[in-house]
Amino acid sequence: MDDFNSETDSDYTSYWRDWFISSRGNEYFCEIDEEYLTDRFNLTGLNTEVQYYQYALDLVTDVFDFDCDDEMREQIEKSARHLYGLVHARYIVTTRGLAKMLEKFKKSDFGKCPRVMCEAQPLLPMGQSDLANTSPVKLYCSRCEDLYNPKSSRHASIDGAYFGTSFHNILFQVYPAMLPPKSQRRFEPRVFGFRVHAAAALSRWQGDKREEMKERLRQTRIETGFEEEDEELEEDDDDEEMDVADGFEVSRQQ
Amino acid sequence: MSSSSQVTESWISSFCGLLGHEYFAEVSEDFIEDDFNLTGLQSQVPMYKEALEMILDVEPEDDDDEEDEDEEEDEDDDVLGDEKPLGYRRASDRRHLRMASDLSVIESSAELLYGLIHQRYIISRPGIQQMAEKYELQHFGTCPRVHCNSCKVLPVGLNDSPGHETVKLFCPSCLDVYTPPNSRFQAVDGAFFGTTFGSLFFMTFTDLDLGGNRTTSAGATESLLAIQAANSDAKARTSTPANVTSINGVAPVNLAPGLGAGSIYEPRIYGFRVSERARSGPRMKWLRMRPADVTELDETRRYWEEHEGDGDRPDEDDTNMVDVRETGAERKKKSVARRRRVNGGAAAGNGGSPMDTGNGVGVGGAG
Repeated sequence: MDDFNSETDSDYTSYWRDWFISSRGNEYFCEIDEEYLTDRFNLTGLNTEVQYYQYALDLVTDVFDFDCDDEMREQIEKSARHLYGLVHARYIVTTRGLAKMLEKFKKSDFGKCPRVMCEAQPLLPMGQSDLANTSPVKLYCSRCEDLYNPKSSRHASIDGAYFGTSFHNILFQVYPAMLPPKSQRRFEPRVFGFRVHAAAALSRWQGDKREEMKERLRQTRIETGFEEEDEELEEDDDDEEMDVADGFEVSRQQ
Repeated sequence: MSSSSQVTESWISSFCGLLGHEYFAEVSEDFIEDDFNLTGLQSQVPMYKEALEMILDVEPEDDDDEEDEDEEEDEDDDVLGDEKPLGYRRASDRRHLRMASDLSVIESSAELLYGLIHQRYIISRPGIQQMAEKYELQHFGTCPRVHCNSCKVLPVGLNDSPGHETVKLFCPSCLDVYTPPNSRFQAVDGAFFGTTFGSLFFMTFTDLDLGGNRTTSAGATESLLAIQAANSDAKARTSTPANVTSINGVAPVNLAPGLGAGSIYEPRIYGFRVSERARSGPRMKWLRMRPADVTELDETRRYWEEHEGDGDRPDEDDTNMVDVRETGAERKKKSVARRRRVNGGAAAGNGGSPMDTGNGVGVGGAG
């Protein structure tokens, strides 16, 4: 915002979108095509969502030439960013938008999964709601299929609705080759080398659920998508050692 | 003029004050001075003696009249030359040999040694207490996972010997490990925290509230999420019998509170769930599952229920991993708490946990 104000009129009026996506904190956004923005059909319904809709749209499409005071301009600027975000959510599920976001995904522009077992899998931005001002953007890891908060607070304030609830799932339907192999490796809490019973029991229970799911998929002849190396890993687990349970040890005999 | 002339902080506190060393606790000198605590470290650390002296800010034995070690190299001839000519010369020669290149070696040895001592210290009673204070102050940060509701995390290692992995963060709410958000921690060896600390910590401090303020997050979300949340309240939180105070040694509310129905991401496209049968469908839900009724995790009881006929059934004390408050009457003969230690008086231990703070590190055995 400050950057924007300090610049001359000609600067921002010609490159609003360039300025927007390259400014700090907006790294998650991709550039929306001019054609997409100027097609009214794509903006259906947004005029009721955005204040000063017409001015905001003019600003975004670089045809803004309305003389007004600073306060008004600030309002319009804010609306323009909101409008851009809402159009962005629609744009990124189009063919071109998906391709652009895929490139950013490949470059890990959205960060990497913090979970150790995901081995720095690139993330995708997503919203938990499609309605504006509901919750901030989250990051989706396609390896562990879970949601994470962005590391940086400047990203944590972006509205999740600017990415939407569907985008990341659509991306993998369109580009299934981008799906990472799922991993069964997991962290095992241990004390002096012994598995902690509560966590180990839960993880065995979860393992049963996983096998049930695999069996369901196998019956319908659908790929499970798990890494092959996992099979060996499991065999190792079978010669179960002992679990430390609160104060005494229980050996698990099969 | 003699020994350390500057009013500097100790090596330990300056080490802990370095950027990236925020996770370290300050090991007490008493702990380091007890040789028992250092058993076996001598063979793991090069220049062990010098490193230990550096950590404890002890001047090397026969030259305790010398200047601060860094400056000594340049100054020793002028400043100290006339001070103690005889004993000094010998010491200085010896030190000359090692100072120039070796100081950095000693420094890194000292860091390694400190780290290894630290691994042991933080599972000792004063150490774990000190880490608990840091934990409460959120010095280690919070879990990045959305459904963990910013549960506070602990630094852990994935290996007990140095040089393998950098430090990771263990979240007790999802029982998973994460890479620290800031890259400056990627220079810290995980072995300096060790594999035991994370689990032992939560076995020691059983009454920490790990669930966090989970109601706040559900407040501002749309109907879909609200339904999920409602499900979670209906299913996950209540179907565990209310009188169960401990399952497998953990209070049910603190058994992976970030997992289970309502805390599992459900992929949707335009509001419709993505089928498991889709190629891009969900495959990892199991990782974040948790039984609605945690007594399902009482494996021993389930095993013997399935093998009712077996002759060599152990006596009930050995099979029971669930603690129940006795006021709940006899829910089931087997699940009434009959742990050896709390025999008869199970209700007294309201927390129900045998791992109370006093008991601390006693994983040994109650037999």
